[in-house]
Amino acid sequence: MRVVIGEDSVLLRDGLVRLLTASGFDVVATAGDAEAFLRLVSLHRPDVVVLDVRMPPSFTDEGLRAALVLRRQYPEIAVLVLSQYVEERYASELLSGPPSKVGYLLKDRIADVGDFVDALRRVAGGGTALDPEVVSQLLVRRHRDPLERLTPREREVLGLMAEGLSNSAIAAALFVTESAVGKHVNNIFAKLDLPPADNDHRRVLAVLRFLGFGKGSQNFTEV
Amino acid sequence: MRLLRRIWRSTVMAVTGPVFGVAGSVAVLNAGWIAPRAVAAMVSKWYRRRYADLIGVAITVPAPGEQILQQFAFHLLSALLSLIAFVVVVGSWAFSFAGFGWLAFGWARPGDWLPYGDPVAMSVVPVAATLLLVLGIVAADRFTALELALARAMLEPNRTAVLTQRVDALTESRADVVDAADAERRRIERDLHDGAQQRLVSLAMNLGMARASLADADPRALEALTAAHDEAKLALFELRDLVRGLHPAVLDDRGLDAALSGIAARSPVPVRVSVTVPRRPSRTVEAVAYFVVAEALANVAKHAGARSVEVRVSTSDGRLHLMISDDGRGGADPARGTGLRGLAQRVGSVDGSLDVSSPLGGPTVIRAELPCES
Repeated sequence: MRVVIGEDSVLLRDGLVRLLTASGFDVVATAGDAEAFLRLVSLHRPDVVVLDVRMPPSFTDEGLRAALVLRRQYPEIAVLVLSQYVEERYASELLSGPPSKVGYLLKDRIADVGDFVDALRRVAGGGTALDPEVVSQLLVRRHRDPLERLTPREREVLGLMAEGLSNSAIAAALFVTESAVGKHVNNIFAKLDLPPADNDHRRVLAVLRFLGFGKGSQNFTEV
Repeated sequence: MRLLRRIWRSTVMAVTGPVFGVAGSVAVLNAGWIAPRAVAAMVSKWYRRRYADLIGVAITVPAPGEQILQQFAFHLLSALLSLIAFVVVVGSWAFSFAGFGWLAFGWARPGDWLPYGDPVAMSVVPVAATLLLVLGIVAADRFTALELALARAMLEPNRTAVLTQRVDALTESRADVVDAADAERRRIERDLHDGAQQRLVSLAMNLGMARASLADADPRALEALTAAHDEAKLALFELRDLVRGLHPAVLDDRGLDAALSGIAARSPVPVRVSVTVPRRPSRTVEAVAYFVVAEALANVAKHAGARSVEVRVSTSDGRLHLMISDDGRGGADPARGTGLRGLAQRVGSVDGSLDVSSPLGGPTVIRAELPCES
């Protein structure tokens, strides 16, 4: 699987190249700023890109803007955005298109190399990977009535679903049986009026749609 | 000695007065209506030098361009005064010297001067000459005092103007200090983000890779490695909290609403946020507003025992209004908690105001108003 990396810290960029190469990815190019990154992406047309939010020259949100450009121009390329802090607002912008082939993770998650590589594969395969912190921020930000009907356990399961986890992964994370998770999921779907689905990706899509994404513009002044 | 010096100084003042008076009024009357600002400043500077150099009195003159008409009035009035002073002082001395001279010559050459020896003239002339001498000295002294009083009243900027100037200067320098402190926080945040954080992520990643690839190594080595990996992740987590607390980057590129929804989402107590700010305030005011809400929410989480919090941010009449209210137990006292005092200082640093209402039993409402022109 071909990857382009956009990361301005040389140390971390080299580390990512080593990690991804060791995990069987083919790193075709790396860039230290957003402009070079976009150029390299249009040149190499990779399957997936990994990029940092803060990059030169202004060190604010270049990476995020590059990701948005990419998602508009090359929807077939999967995008995994890394950031030192996750912001609900950045997540909202990133997810405002179709919620697939996209991921937004804290940089800290790279430390758990196995999980990180899994998340990258999931994103490249058409799924999503949202940082647990992003999900909790999104859930807090939109505690509308239907969400209040969920039990704490169901909210937990919904959060893990939004991160992109399958029933078996959720079961492992919560130390319960898979059938118990299945029951929770069905309850959630029922309480939130979401159509039941088998496929992981459609689950995430349903969750995100419920959270208010994937429909274009949203109104964020109302909490 | 002091008396002699005083006499000497006031005499010099009286004698040199017309030089300044004539030069000053000529300048004012001829050029004053062409370049009033420059002429007023120049002539006032002459007078300032006159008082400083001749009698060692420091008189402050108005800042260039201020009180021009009043300065001109002083220049002309003091010119008139100095002419009168000159005539009175020099005139008294002239007559006084003439009297003494007459006595001296008459004594040296008796007979040539007719009235000499006349008892009336012989008793009046020395007394009159002495009186005139004293009059000259006293007049010089009084005229000098009068001119100084006039200069203090008309030339020196009045107290209100001086205080206004000082307040303006202080306000400006304080704003600079606040901006500089804010910029410094941003710089430290940037440095930590670009430096320590990237290094730590890289370290944790390397430890993670080592941990994954050495799964079948010596259990003790693996244990140490696992501990190091977990420590690195914990350090990353703590550093992240610290750095975002310094200055959230999202505040600069997305504004108050985005930054506040970030802290609202992190708050353990459910928070409702509504931000209605059509135009973004200055970076410093935004930062102060952000930290007021952040600190208030931290206080709520720590002390209030609240079930929900509401944060409202709005603008009206060029002011940014913040309101943070919770349904907790109340009893917050700005006089005791350092948190609330810190808030008041931060708000005060940009000329804002803070009001805390927190009766025992709640609710606690914190209101802050910050200036947000353009």
